[in-house]
Amino acid sequence: MGAPIEDPLVVRAVPAHDPLADFFWSSGADGRLRILQCNACGFYIHPPSRPCPRCLTAEVAPAVVSGLGTVLACTVNIQQWVADQPPYSVAVVELAEQPGLRLMTNVVGCSPDEVRIGQTVAVTFVHRNDIYYPVFVPSGRQRQQ
Amino acid sequence: MTHFERECFISGIGQSAVGRRLGRSALDLTTESCLATIADAGLRPGDIDGICTYPGGNAQATAGYGGPPPAAVQDALRLNLNWFAGSGELPGQLGCLVSAAMAVSVGLCRHVLVYRTVTESTMQGAHGRAAVLPTGGTASGIYSWNAPFGAVSAANWVALLTSRHFHEFGTTREQLGAVAMTQRRYAQANPRAPLRQPLTQQDYLVARMISTPLCLFDCDLPVDGSTAFVISHRSFAVDRPNPPVFIDAVGTAMRGRPSWDQYHDLTSMAAAGAAEHLWERSSLSVADVDAAQLYDGFSILVLIWLEAMGFCGKGEGGSFAASGELGPNGQLPTNTAGGQLSAGRLHGLGHVFEACVQIRGQAGHRQLPRRPEVIAVTNGGGPIAGCMLLTAMAS
Repeated sequence: MGAPIEDPLVVRAVPAHDPLADFFWSSGADGRLRILQCNACGFYIHPPSRPCPRCLTAEVAPAVVSGLGTVLACTVNIQQWVADQPPYSVAVVELAEQPGLRLMTNVVGCSPDEVRIGQTVAVTFVHRNDIYYPVFVPSGRQRQQ
Repeated sequence: MTHFERECFISGIGQSAVGRRLGRSALDLTTESCLATIADAGLRPGDIDGICTYPGGNAQATAGYGGPPPAAVQDALRLNLNWFAGSGELPGQLGCLVSAAMAVSVGLCRHVLVYRTVTESTMQGAHGRAAVLPTGGTASGIYSWNAPFGAVSAANWVALLTSRHFHEFGTTREQLGAVAMTQRRYAQANPRAPLRQPLTQQDYLVARMISTPLCLFDCDLPVDGSTAFVISHRSFAVDRPNPPVFIDAVGTAMRGRPSWDQYHDLTSMAAAGAAEHLWERSSLSVADVDAAQLYDGFSILVLIWLEAMGFCGKGEGGSFAASGELGPNGQLPTNTAGGQLSAGRLHGLGHVFEACVQIRGQAGHRQLPRRPEVIAVTNGGGPIAGCMLLTAMAS
């Protein structure tokens, strides 16, 4: 976690209330990212669903993850869906904890043109609309994807 | 395996006026296409005993995307029906044809009217594309996990898949441009296509970006228009006013996670499972296919479908398209009316319509030099996919 970052988005949609998923959107209050995890087999489940899709155990709970990941796919949105919106990065980030554990997100804290597939990133949060949006900043190392 | 799709055939095809900002109601366009297809089949409205549409009434409020629900069309034409359905939860937009074939094959009805209507150009003409997207407010349903990050348009979601295709296979913008240019040349022989002016590689390369690496000419064109068909029982396929078009096989499978970002292979997505399923059901092979109508909501989807269907190797879609194989004299003439990129976003059923026109030999100046006997039609992108093989002869 670094200093608060500037949000490149002019507006952000608010995720609809969902008893299974609300933890995800408030998790950043303590600066940590949480993902739903199976208590029995350890499988991370995203988007949140219950029971565990791997072992069908109903005991699942949010678990803190490292917040480290790798950019799997990325684009720079140019079209202004909202007036006066500068270009911003949209990316699919795969979290370090489990192959295929992915979030759609934004890479911030750098020019959107600099985001690359294979780049390693670390979570930070945009606090807006009473939501902690998990976004990512470059963390330096490049990794082959 | 039961081949329900071989119990039926496409007896009629019809299309309304197609264009930009026609300013007509969705129901008005729909009755135009429906009456045209009923007449084309040599039927009268009273012969119709089923209706099916994509995506049905629940999508009506979504800014020109939906078209009228079955009840509105039934009422406008004063029909009596034995079966009807409208749904967007189907294997691609052509899923409404699959459902109709199922209803006919089990004997629920004999002649099903199938339609897909869009008025997106008129709706967006008033307020712009942004007006129909969930940029602010509450994000739910398919938008829950992407709209909070400003990934509000299919252009964003498809751009992510494209970035992966570029990364893994070295696909280039020039190769995507080849898709757009080839289709524009076809559109020049299609009087209904809204975009018919020449498109050069330079035009393509300097076009404004929408969501990198996709530019304006990688995205299809919102239009107003309605496409309709009649699916009839095969016992009816003799002495008709127009040549019958048969369905050899459908591909309806959804194998893997149905999600834009969670599907395991971002470079193929659901197209892989649907195409695999099609070949499991067909006794034909890739070599038997004379032409293709591949869904092109975005240019990259043509490459993804080429690869999924096995028309080229995995990752080779870009070089296949750039080598001219999609043109009228290529290995696989594709999107021969201009596709959605140039002839407008009729949302999948425009592809089926063109396949039927080519198989019937009624394509006029754009009729392929050798009249195709087998055409592959694919619909959908990302987590949405369905496909079928249409043939001139019954299987």
